[in-house]
Amino acid sequence: MKNFKGKVLFLNRSDINTDEIIPAKYLTEITKEALKPFTLEDLKLDSFNPKTDLSGKAAIITRANFGCGSSREHAPWALEVNGINAVIAENFARIFRQNMYNCGMLAIELPKDKIEYLFGKYSGKETEIDIDVNSGSFTITSCGASEKISFEIDGFSKALVEAEGWVGYADKKY
Amino acid sequence: MGKTLAEKIFDSHIADKPFEGTYVLKLDAVFCHEITTPIAINDLVSRGMDRVFDPSKIKAVIDHVTPAKDSKTAEQGKIMREWARRHNIKDFFDVGKNGVCHALFPEQGFVRPGYTIIMGDSHTCTHGAFGAFAAGVGTTDLEVGILKGVCSFKYPSTIKFVLKGKLQKGVYAKDAILYVISQIGVNGATDKVMEFTGEIVDEMSMESRMTLCNMAIEAGGTSGVCYPDMKTVEYLWPFIQKDFKSKEEALAEYSKWKSDSDAKFEKVIEYDLSKLEPMATFGNKPDQVKTVKEMEGTKVDQIYIGSCTNGRIEDLRIAADILKGNTISPNVRGIVSPATPKIFKQAMDEGILSVFHDAGFVVTNPTCGACLGMSNGVLAEGEVCASTTNRNFYGRMGKGGTVHLMSPASAAATAIAGHITNSKLFAGK
Repeated sequence: MKNFKGKVLFLNRSDINTDEIIPAKYLTEITKEALKPFTLEDLKLDSFNPKTDLSGKAAIITRANFGCGSSREHAPWALEVNGINAVIAENFARIFRQNMYNCGMLAIELPKDKIEYLFGKYSGKETEIDIDVNSGSFTITSCGASEKISFEIDGFSKALVEAEGWVGYADKKY
Repeated sequence: MGKTLAEKIFDSHIADKPFEGTYVLKLDAVFCHEITTPIAINDLVSRGMDRVFDPSKIKAVIDHVTPAKDSKTAEQGKIMREWARRHNIKDFFDVGKNGVCHALFPEQGFVRPGYTIIMGDSHTCTHGAFGAFAAGVGTTDLEVGILKGVCSFKYPSTIKFVLKGKLQKGVYAKDAILYVISQIGVNGATDKVMEFTGEIVDEMSMESRMTLCNMAIEAGGTSGVCYPDMKTVEYLWPFIQKDFKSKEEALAEYSKWKSDSDAKFEKVIEYDLSKLEPMATFGNKPDQVKTVKEMEGTKVDQIYIGSCTNGRIEDLRIAADILKGNTISPNVRGIVSPATPKIFKQAMDEGILSVFHDAGFVVTNPTCGACLGMSNGVLAEGEVCASTTNRNFYGRMGKGGTVHLMSPASAAATAIAGHITNSKLFAGK
């Protein structure tokens, strides 16, 4: 499995689209690594600077409908090459969510009130997360205090995370 | 209990149900373009699995940036071209024969009612206009589709839209879908199939239905779908006449691809669109929509008519009708991109390209180009485009640029005026 432990980046807006995650002009790149410097470059968000705020992060917590728009898997890849293998949101655009799991990454959906709670308590503070796919829970830590929050993940998505993606899974099975 | 159209397609294409609610579907077609496919091809090669499940079910095109604009896009085209050759993919469309995928593939007869189709492109939902389940996917799903001919989906729930009444003159499918998106929001149909029914849809041409289904993804919809009818049969007839004795027989066969009267929908939403006006977007989300009248006077720098949403012959005819005998404002530049070579030729033969030329437009070859800010009309910082495309995201057509989505009629009228305005075809209030 990929790494699901490390610092959290909070992106406080709904409907962040894949053009914002990685603009189309970089889709001519044919390696994932080449996307790294351009990740989230078109995301206009108060007090967010992709040049400094992405560095060292392992997960994103955001609002609703993350990853809407284009089907480009370059969006998860851009996150992946920056070390971010998990996004937690109220919900995801279908294609983006599937792309994440297809790459063995996590797209965790939590109810609105839980997302609201996480933003209220942790946004703006140095926060770390440790996600345990098997138990369906994560430990979130800030200022020395930790708490455990559970989430639901369907069997298929879990199998993809364990297989580190759909190609490996499908090749064995179909 | 009855089934929805999407449920019927799912139930007839099951390859596996590995988990509760997860369906691995057999695919009738896998569509490919040069932006998302080369990475899948390279990955298959590097895994020693450079195979295709069935070359006759793979359709490939170079459309997003064509002819190539630089070395990187040339390389993407080259990877596609060589892959198509070595796997004997006969339906491969290169320069001279290529066009915007979601206009080209239906035109080639590759879409049929009841089909399952994936493509590494979010606007694949367009093909649901034929009563197919067609969904955009990422590169990994595409890769497995190419290799194994299967793709996984959750069992679909459907929102049924009943579009009632009659559209006013000068109001089109684009206005209708912008209105629908404005009502339910960009997250309003996430994970759902959007089924479009009602007398307004019945009246629509196949081109208009494709415009409608094309933008389902802008509300988060997995696929947009319409029920097949005689218009579907007429459109497909050149490709299916060998399979059926008569159009009536074809219609009888295709008519099974509609939702049962007792099917269970997530929601049924009715809109009477008789008084709908031409619509346009503002802001950076496709659900930020006002009437063109409310947007009247908004200055623009560029007009773009084309794309998988509105680059078909019907769209060009409407725009030409408005442009004929007029010239565009000296303060704007106009770009028209007929979506396929066939549309280009039709527009040429009908004198439509001359109308655009005489009005001051540049006519480009068929390509996705400017729609996603790749080529042929990228905006500069602070510039504004009135566009018949499908996304007004920040930076979509060029960093710092703004896009107002609208119908070809409104775009043509805006080109003449130099600012957003209603077309002369719209007389309603």
